[in-house]
This record gives sequence, C-alpha cells and structure tokens, in this order.
Amino acid sequence: MLKQHTILETLDDPALVARLASRREVLRRAGRLGGAVALSSVPAALAMLARSAFAQGAGLPQQIKDVLNFALTLEYLENEFYQTGLASGGLIPAADRAVFQQIAKHEAAHVALLQGTLGQDAVPKPNFDFTAGGQFGDVFSNYATFQALSQGFEDTGVRAYKGQAGNLQSNGDILTVALRIHSVEARHASEVRRLRGQKGWITGNQTDVGVLAAVYAGEENTTQAGVSLPGGDAASEAFDEPLSKDQVLAIAGQFIRT
Amino acid sequence: MPSDDSRERRALEFLGRLAHPSSRRTFLKWSGVSLAVVAAACNDNGSGLTAPPGGTASVSLGSGDAGVLNYAYALEQLEAAFYTQVVDRPYAGIPQAELQLLTDVRDHEVIHRDFLKAALGAKAIGDLQVTFASVAFGDRTSVLTTARTFEDLGVSAYNGAGRLLTDPNNLLVAGKIVSVEARHAAAIRDLLEPKSAAFAGDDVVDAQGLDPARKPSEVLGAAKPFITTTIDASQLP
Repeated sequence: MLKQHTILETLDDPALVARLASRREVLRRAGRLGGAVALSSVPAALAMLARSAFAQGAGLPQQIKDVLNFALTLEYLENEFYQTGLASGGLIPAADRAVFQQIAKHEAAHVALLQGTLGQDAVPKPNFDFTAGGQFGDVFSNYATFQALSQGFEDTGVRAYKGQAGNLQSNGDILTVALRIHSVEARHASEVRRLRGQKGWITGNQTDVGVLAAVYAGEENTTQAGVSLPGGDAASEAFDEPLSKDQVLAIAGQFIRT
Repeated sequence: MPSDDSRERRALEFLGRLAHPSSRRTFLKWSGVSLAVVAAACNDNGSGLTAPPGGTASVSLGSGDAGVLNYAYALEQLEAAFYTQVVDRPYAGIPQAELQLLTDVRDHEVIHRDFLKAALGAKAIGDLQVTFASVAFGDRTSVLTTARTFEDLGVSAYNGAGRLLTDPNNLLVAGKIVSVEARHAAAIRDLLEPKSAAFAGDDVVDAQGLDPARKPSEVLGAAKPFITTTIDASQLP
C-alpha cells in the first residue's frame, strides 16, 4: 500500500491518478469477490457481499481505512503490552496499579472502537515481541523497563495520530474520533512520564532512554507555521510534533514479530 | 522528510476528494458561507468596537479557518491570563515542584497565545477582558480545580474544532497544541488526585476511551463566566 501511494504521489496528471485509483479499487473488489466465490457457495458469497455493503468499514475510502488500520495496529500493541504487564505478578507496584488499569481500559476500548469502525476490513492483531529482540529482555519483570516502554509507546501514539489527522479530513466524524483518541493518549503519556519523574511534556528531543531516541526525533522544533517562537525549552514543550507513518512503523516494527 | 510527507498527504487528499465529489465537507463549506452572510446581515453592531482599558468590549471571531484560530486564540488568552496570575501570586505553601509545573504551563499558554496572534496577523481579535472573581488564588483547591476546568475545556474545544478547519496545516498546528493541553490536563488532575485514575478519569474520558469534543457554542458558554468581552462566534464554520 505504501508503495502504491509513493507511485501515485509522483504523478502530476490528475486524470491519470484518477484512472489508476479507480482501477486499483476495482481490482481490490474483484479480488475479494473472487476469493469469496472460491471459498464458498454462490449464495454464501452473495450473503457476504450484502454484509459487506452494510459493514461500517465498507463505505470508507481506502485512505481512511489505511489510517484506521495503522492506528489499530498501534492500539493492539499498547493493549497487549498493558494486559501483559497487569497480568505479570509483582511487576506494577500496588500504588501505581490504578494508573495502568485506567490506561489499559482505554487501549482496549480503542481497539474495540477501531475494529468496530473498520468491520471486516480490520487488520488482524500482529504477534508482538515486547523485548524487541532482546533489547528489553526484562520488560515484564523490571518495572523501570516497563515504565520506560510505556512512555515510549504513549508518546509515539500521540505523534502517530497527529501525523495522520490530515489524512482523515475528508470525513469529519472519523477525524473527530481520531482527535478524541489522540488527546487521551496524550493524557496517558503525561501521567506515565510524571510517574517516572519526568515532566509531563517533552522538552527538546530529550529522552532518558537512549534506545528510544527515534520516539523524540524532531520534538525540538520551535518554528510553527513559519513563526519562530521565543522561549527556548518552553517553546518546544508547548507544541508536540507529528511522526510520519514510516517513522512510526520503524519504531513499532521493532516490537512486531509477525 | 516533511515535504515528502505533505506531498503524500496532498496526493491522498486529492484521491479522497475524487472518491467523494459531493462530500459532507464541501456541503459544510457552502452552508458555512451562507450562514456567514446571514450573520453579517443581522449583525447591527458591525465592527464599531469600543476598547476600554485592559481589553475589548466585544469581538467577532470571523469566519473560516481564521475564525476557528481566533476561537483558539480567545481560549489561549484566557488560559494565559489565568496561569499568569497563579504564578504571580502562588498559594501559600506551594511545593517547589508544583510551582515549577504551573510555571511551565503558564509559559506554554503564553507561547500558544502569542503564536496564534502572530499566525493570525491582521485577522487576530483584540485583547479579551477576563475575570477570575470566582477564583480564590490563595487556595490550592480553587486554583487547581479552575485549572482542571480550563484544561479539559481546552482539550474538548480543540477536539471539536479540528473538523471545522479546512487547511491541513492549520489542523496540524491545532493538533500540536491540543496534545499539550491534554498533557496539562492530566498533570493538573494528578496534582488533585495523585496516582489515581483521575488523570484520564471516567468523569472526562468516556467508555469508548474518548475525550469529549465540544462545539464552539458549548465551549464559549462554559468560558463565559470568565470572559467579560462579548464574543460573536456566529460566523464560525
């Protein structure tokens, strides 16, 4: 999908882009129908088509479905991370448990919401490796490691949703839902950072976890919409920066096994 | 990197428009135009504003993206004025860490305010008159509960305003600000109820895990007790 977008964006002829886009959609639909017919009887295939016409995901443009599936993948990651952490005896101190239970509750709700919106177009949950190939081997036995990754995931989530808002502008309802998730992720990030003794906001591109440097790359920006802002650290803290899909996938990909 | 990103965004947006030529957005844009015309015709106050010391008696936010950004600018003026007072006369016995936190928040809100004014240029509304008569600045609970109200309100305002913006660059800037407001909200809430679920409590985040999104009329209604200036938001999209 990313590759197709890259090809499309290099084309300057709107008519050609339109032809390619509609051809891509026809091929995609034909592929789905073909698969259905091969796997089941014709009446069952018709029933499936009827369902798909009413599924919430069916009417959404591919661009929006791509963003929602990207978000769903991140929510799967966060959800499984917190479920595993809460189930790991002795990991989270009793005094901090209410915080992580609240975060976990929201991430589970986000997964359900995105799955419900995408319907049959929702991507399946990947298999995760929260040790990132052994970089964080004690993630579920050492609270400091767990907290550090939690902060990294939340701050990444904030940047990821922010980076996709522009891709949802054609659908105000979905854009609004994404913004409403985005600010909840920011609440989580602030709380986890402060639990760790950090400020709730991001100063420059600073991080106390060296391997998470990519999470904070670019956060030092102090020029907004062409306005150069005075205030040094405060000017970088006052604005959270977006990450592109590729930047997010490079971070999250370390934790995705398959 | 940013230019590739925005090129991709533009290309994808273009495709989205092709797929939905009579989109809701187009409709809203047109209905917004007619609403603005009606509002201008009915507005017998016009732009004859009086400017008493310390602020403007009445302002019109204007229309389009600039109107939405003026709406944000109005809220940032309110927040900046509030935290400036909080930091100028902190409540008795305030711990150093708490004063630092509130000073950071003050700095961020002042930067948001000044940024929006600069970005709006000639379209920026004047200085609002604000009042914090209901706030006991010497009392921690009074200050922090007011701060919580402002931060939660700000988050819901930006969340509701996103769909009103048409320029993706403006949407991005609003997104950069709203997550910092949400960070503030969580921190203030945690000061009131440390290490509890309150930072994103069930009183604000709903069962679907969503922060509220409020319309400008709701937000300005909630902010009205603190803003003396009459704000005309009737031309907003």
